[in-house]
Amino acid sequence: MEELLSEYLPILIFMGIAAVIGIALLVLPYLVAPSKPDTEKLSAYECGFDAFDDARMKFDVRFYLVAILFIIFDLEVAFLFPWAVALGDIGMFGFWSMMIFLAILTIGFAYEWKKGALEWE
Amino acid sequence: MAEIFWEYGLPGLIMAGQSLLLMVPLLVLIAFILYADRKVWAAVQLRRGPNVVGPFGLLQSFADLAKFIFKEVVVPAGANKGVFLLAPFVSVVLALSSWAVIPMSDGVVIADINVGILYLFALSSLSVYGIIMAGWASNSKYPFLGALRSAAQMVSYEVSIGFVIVCVLMTAGTLNLSEIVRAQDGNWGLFNWYWLWHLPMFVIFFISALAETNRPPFDLPEAESELVAGYAVEYSSTPYMMMFMAEYVAILTMCALMTILFLGGWLPPVDVAPFNWIPPFFWFWIKTLFIFFLIAMVKAFVPRYRYDQLMRLGWKVFLPISLFWVVLTAGVLVGFDLLPA
Amino acid sequence: MIVATIAFYLFAAVTIAAAFMVISARNPVHSVLFLILAFFSSAWLFVLMGAEFVAMILVIVYVGAVAVLFLFVVMMLDIDFKSLRSEMLNYLPLGGMIGIILLLELGLVASTWVFAPDAASLAAAPAPAADSGVTNAEALGRVIYTQYVYYFQAAGMILLVAMVGAIVLTLRKREGVKRQVIADQVARTPQTGVEVKKVEPGQGI
Repeated sequence: MEELLSEYLPILIFMGIAAVIGIALLVLPYLVAPSKPDTEKLSAYECGFDAFDDARMKFDVRFYLVAILFIIFDLEVAFLFPWAVALGDIGMFGFWSMMIFLAILTIGFAYEWKKGALEWE
Repeated sequence: MAEIFWEYGLPGLIMAGQSLLLMVPLLVLIAFILYADRKVWAAVQLRRGPNVVGPFGLLQSFADLAKFIFKEVVVPAGANKGVFLLAPFVSVVLALSSWAVIPMSDGVVIADINVGILYLFALSSLSVYGIIMAGWASNSKYPFLGALRSAAQMVSYEVSIGFVIVCVLMTAGTLNLSEIVRAQDGNWGLFNWYWLWHLPMFVIFFISALAETNRPPFDLPEAESELVAGYAVEYSSTPYMMMFMAEYVAILTMCALMTILFLGGWLPPVDVAPFNWIPPFFWFWIKTLFIFFLIAMVKAFVPRYRYDQLMRLGWKVFLPISLFWVVLTAGVLVGFDLLPA
Repeated sequence: MIVATIAFYLFAAVTIAAAFMVISARNPVHSVLFLILAFFSSAWLFVLMGAEFVAMILVIVYVGAVAVLFLFVVMMLDIDFKSLRSEMLNYLPLGGMIGIILLLELGLVASTWVFAPDAASLAAAPAPAADSGVTNAEALGRVIYTQYVYYFQAAGMILLVAMVGAIVLTLRKREGVKRQVIADQVARTPQTGVEVKKVEPGQGI
């Protein structure tokens, strides 16, 4: 336990130092660089006109579908990790249990494919 | 008081020292990686590339750094200022944090955790946040579209990266990065490494790594002919630099990860006289930089993908192949009783 | 061990503060970002408990996948949150009542809950000792796929249902979209692709 935690403390310190470097880089130009904002400079980059409306808009539902499918496959991968490590201990039964799991999800994958959910236009 | 210092303060200082010892050379290396990337690109196109600052232009990146620092930070009026500045910060911290677990030689690692590979996988899945935040906070059309594209692209390829990692884990039987390298040690030298066992997976991982880090030919989120500079359009000065620094650090992390998973990490290719004189540390970096060279070459001579092609490649080609390979590997390992003890 | 204690209180405080900000932030995107912070610091709490595998999975699944979807939804769904907020007052009495009932129930459970005396020994698979050299992931892997195989398969079924449900709910076929069919492109021959027409002089086609 103690040993395990002592492995994670360096990560915390490492992240802390990375954060310090990040903050330093962010603050530095505020100290040394000029700052003369005007309306034109601060307007959003577009084709030369002022933007007509807010840039945040509705978009294709496909992006949500991709995100949902990603969650499902990510969970599948998450189930595979302990299985891959423990495959030697759980024998044939563990192997086939995972094969059935994968087969169930492959059915879903085939359904997606057939339905055209994986196509992008 | 003194006791507390000896017990906690000193080890803490040592850890901080080690972290700095890794991070500072890493950042300097990134500067030269950037330079190398531009030089390779120029050489392929028969140009000279950066050649003015310092001998052969070697100091170009440092000149760029100075220039970025002395530039004004422009935060667009419609932007969400906090999130706008948080995005590059998050990107850099996440990208750098990956290096805490990468073993550069036997025992040369900041934190040798049991779940090292999961830590890297987790951080690479977080890197999408920097981009989404940048795109949304800018409140401008190009960044928004770039961020959307990038998010969908990164999550699509992460699935196949996950399956590829599972393949390697099964053969190595551990989640610890150092152990994965040690598992590749054997009498056959470089033929013992997993690139040969898992050659299709190595290829898939390489290409997915390009997509995951928004490198050409998958740089649609920042495709200049379509979206100007994508999610980074509104950025200037060091925030801009940080977005790109994070990208290059992430690329180098992917190179290191490929070295560890497929190219035997710090192991020499053949364990005979001239090769094992070179310290393991250098082998690790030779391999990592070699993979970076490949990535730089890909940038130079592969045309950009179209978005529908990119999604098809991820979901309809890589995902089924890598899933099949997981089943195949497991079947072979269990069937022939080759599982690691 | 003092470092671990400090770290625990630090991350616990960050988790609670972030969770509070999730419900109190004005901008929904900020809420999601605070939610991510809460996930992240609870991952560190798992690490402090020695559950490193669970911590990493928490980050991979919740922060890396689920929160991305949340962010997609609140960032880009273009809901007018101001009007939602003004309507909130109307629902306050009902919501408050539900909250009080929940609190009462929780209090009831907390005050009357007793563990069976031999509960710890009834666990089907005791956690391996910390110094046994068995890692988290291995210990989990040894039981999920054998001892708890039904739950595992049920999880697979749930994922299948989720996949089908997502497609049924969101997939809309758009008409008149040109798609690239690689097989058709490759299968094209000069015979099918080119038509040779004999044009009489002065006639046109």
